[in-house]
Amino acid sequence: MSVKLNALNSDSYIDISQYRDQHFKGNRYEQEKLLKQSNTLYVGNLSFYTTEEQVHELFSKSGDVKRIIIGLDKIKKTACGFCFVEYYTRADAEHAMRFINGTRLDDRIIRTDWDAGFKEGRQFGRGKSGGQVRDEYRQDYDPARGGYGKLAQQHRPTEGRNSF
Amino acid sequence: MSRRRHSDENDGGQAHKRRRTSEPIEIEDRLESLICRVGEKSTSSLESNLEGLAGVLEADLPNYKSKILRILCTVARLLPEKLTVYTTLVGLLNARNYNFGGEFVEAMIRQLKETLKNNLYSEAVYLVRFLSDLVNCHVIAAPSMVAMFENFVSVTQEEDVPQVRSDWFVYVVLSCLPWVGKELYEKKDVEMDRLLSQIEGYLKRRVKTHVPMLQVWTADKPHPQEEYLDCLWAQIQKLKKDRWQERHILRPYIAFDSVLCEALQHNLPPFTPPGHMPDAQYPMPRVIFRMFDYTDAPEGPVMPGSHSVERFVIEENLHCIIKTHWKERKTCAAQLLSYPGKNKIPLNYHIVEVIFGELFQLPSPPHIDVMYTTLLIELCKLQPGSLPQVLAQATEMLYMRLDTMNTTCIDRLINWFAHHLSNFQFRWSWDDWADCLTVDLEKPKPKFVKEVLEKCMRLSYHQRIVDIVPPTFSALIPADPIFTYKYVDESASSLPGYPMSITVSNAIKNRASNEEILTVLKEVPNPNQEDDDDEGESFNPLKIDVFLQTLLNLAAKSFSHSFSALGKFHEILKTLANSDEGKLHLLKVLYEVWRNHPQMIAVLVDKLIRTQVVDCAAVANWLFSQDMAHEFTRLFIWEILHSTIRKMNKHVQKIQKELEEAKDKLEKQQHKRRDSGDDEDMDKNSEDEEGQLEEQIERLQEKVESAQSEQKNLFLVIFQRFIMLLTEHLVRCETGSVDISTPWYKNCIDRLQQIFLMHHATIQQYMGTLENLLFTAELDHHILAVYQQFCALQL
Repeated sequence: MSVKLNALNSDSYIDISQYRDQHFKGNRYEQEKLLKQSNTLYVGNLSFYTTEEQVHELFSKSGDVKRIIIGLDKIKKTACGFCFVEYYTRADAEHAMRFINGTRLDDRIIRTDWDAGFKEGRQFGRGKSGGQVRDEYRQDYDPARGGYGKLAQQHRPTEGRNSF
Repeated sequence: MSRRRHSDENDGGQAHKRRRTSEPIEIEDRLESLICRVGEKSTSSLESNLEGLAGVLEADLPNYKSKILRILCTVARLLPEKLTVYTTLVGLLNARNYNFGGEFVEAMIRQLKETLKNNLYSEAVYLVRFLSDLVNCHVIAAPSMVAMFENFVSVTQEEDVPQVRSDWFVYVVLSCLPWVGKELYEKKDVEMDRLLSQIEGYLKRRVKTHVPMLQVWTADKPHPQEEYLDCLWAQIQKLKKDRWQERHILRPYIAFDSVLCEALQHNLPPFTPPGHMPDAQYPMPRVIFRMFDYTDAPEGPVMPGSHSVERFVIEENLHCIIKTHWKERKTCAAQLLSYPGKNKIPLNYHIVEVIFGELFQLPSPPHIDVMYTTLLIELCKLQPGSLPQVLAQATEMLYMRLDTMNTTCIDRLINWFAHHLSNFQFRWSWDDWADCLTVDLEKPKPKFVKEVLEKCMRLSYHQRIVDIVPPTFSALIPADPIFTYKYVDESASSLPGYPMSITVSNAIKNRASNEEILTVLKEVPNPNQEDDDDEGESFNPLKIDVFLQTLLNLAAKSFSHSFSALGKFHEILKTLANSDEGKLHLLKVLYEVWRNHPQMIAVLVDKLIRTQVVDCAAVANWLFSQDMAHEFTRLFIWEILHSTIRKMNKHVQKIQKELEEAKDKLEKQQHKRRDSGDDEDMDKNSEDEEGQLEEQIERLQEKVESAQSEQKNLFLVIFQRFIMLLTEHLVRCETGSVDISTPWYKNCIDRLQQIFLMHHATIQQYMGTLENLLFTAELDHHILAVYQQFCALQL
């Protein structure tokens, strides 16, 4: 009766991605094991202005949220565009991967991914300037994420302020 | 700085390719894939694909027969939307290999018995439908199918069985007729007429008390919310009148008629429906959701009428597609939009209707609510030129009919609409709904808009909402969710708690310990007592007020700040709230300070319950208290109440699970001891362990009983409060000769109904108590009706 056909059992939205945390204490196998049992999601591409309250409202749609940890710029200690969402159950987290990942929060398409579990220190950006690594190198202008990428900012003349 | 490590072995998805595959597994996977994929988009025609596949499978039968049987039985059970594709395939195989056909039928019967035994009623329907379509493929002889149907319908003669049991057997027979009615009538019209007349008799005497509780709208216009069996019966009647001509179902077997009619048929073995078992869980009755008819799709193909069998088949198939693919929204949307025969029907309208039908289904949707939001977004992405318009039209229609919509369904509509808008920059033509501004704000339409805007705000921020609505809508804009501090500054200095609030505030800022703060709080005078020489342990509302207001003010910045504060001062909160009055007052103060931020209230109440500062009954009593009466019809109140009930339920389940696990452990231990022989030392250790386990089990039993008692009490409190409030209203209206149907009353009675519907599984356990203590014959019939309708759901 519990005959399952692989071809009919597709649930690709909850698969683990290619990303592996380089700072994870343990080997790849251990990390993958944790990812496959985790109740915690990494959420990326948030606006710097997105609040814990907004995250809570959205992610509560897939189940009861245990806690949210907003990602912070390591130096400024302000929100830098990512967070962790931990659920009480794996099933609720899976629903988030299926139905909240890839939809919008604060008009931005957010991305969720399995996380091996929050540890103190992981709430800080790992970019040289204090924010996320991706904000170091990106070339586009994103007003919700501090404007230009940090590297690109160094090459741009300051605009507006001194022109009069 | 490269993130790639070349020495990595298991790099993401590469691992599979390195697996050493052995041949049989490869072939079995291939067979699965071939069978599952037949009927999907292909460069060749469906007929040639089926022909080809039949050839491949026939060749593989000598080595892989049981695997092929298993796969085919599984797709019959799990892919009902492709029913006729697979019955054709089985027909072709049967024509080539009579024995295989016989074995398949036997395997299906075995599977049918299994599904019935395991309460898998929807899968059982698909299996019977499959068998009936096999008649069309010359695999099963028509008379033997009629005989099975006769056995099913004879269940209606059984006495003392739940109505939902006989309902199901009648439903199965009727739901097969679109596929096989013609063939069965051609072969056995006398028997079929008798069958249908028996069914008609049954449908006439069926009890339908449950129907109002399941209807999405109370109004019959523009579309009646028909009970599902009544609708299906009307559809079959019409089909019969049309001489069983059915043109919608895709029937690949017609193309193979010359081959199939040469095949020998099998007789179904006589099938006696399994008897009723007390633990059987038959499907609950339902109501057919309709919101569109042919007038709503102005251009293009005409929508089949509500009593046409085409409508039944289309809706069935769309429901089945969602059931198969709900976990993968892109696939689900693609499958829905590539429905075979889509050019002859206004497919977008059918899809939107079916999706809303599921979202609004009572007691609850088949799948989690948020799935439907995301599925609709996916559909809009795939059909950007047409689907958004249909969705907007649907939203407009739903808004127009809010006055008669069930409050539970309105809740879901609010949540859906706000979430949907947040994915489309909150763009909406609010002015089209300006009519809601001209009526009492408690009426359904303005109330709906108000709640939607509140939810939109939670997903964004206050100023955003101000910006997206016209200025005329300002009365419906939610309050700015800011903290309201009683002791905010010197203007509050005359308040009795003011000096103490400063002291406490400083103490907290200076990281005083809990003991120090409690000592400080001892100085707070108790307005309830003349003298306070009782160590200050009894309920002191001012103490609670001062401490909680001050604490929450300091922590008002975010959820995390507030959670941290509650955690840090947990001991103090528990001490302050160590009586029923204390708990109630704590919640009252919480509401006072955060009354503009219902979302914050909800998360804080959640934390207070989880950390056992307040219990569930206290929350229920608070929500029903006079102080909260002015908020009683707001959605956040009910979200808090239902969340509280769910926490109580999960708590009971958790302890029950622990008890079961301990019992299992004990059983294993006892087996071990029995099997271990006569080793005295092992025996002694075992005995000790068993003794410990037995103690643990005893403790857990007590815990379970105590939790269940708390759970029962929670429901009693809630129902009692409802009865008091409703009775008061009804009596007042009667004495004043006023119409009872105020917006408040409709909301309240729907909320009572909602408690039953949302927690029906749990409430079932306490029916006896509820009937004896609360829902007695003396109760006003308006209130009793809700209870009776609920009981009728499981009859």
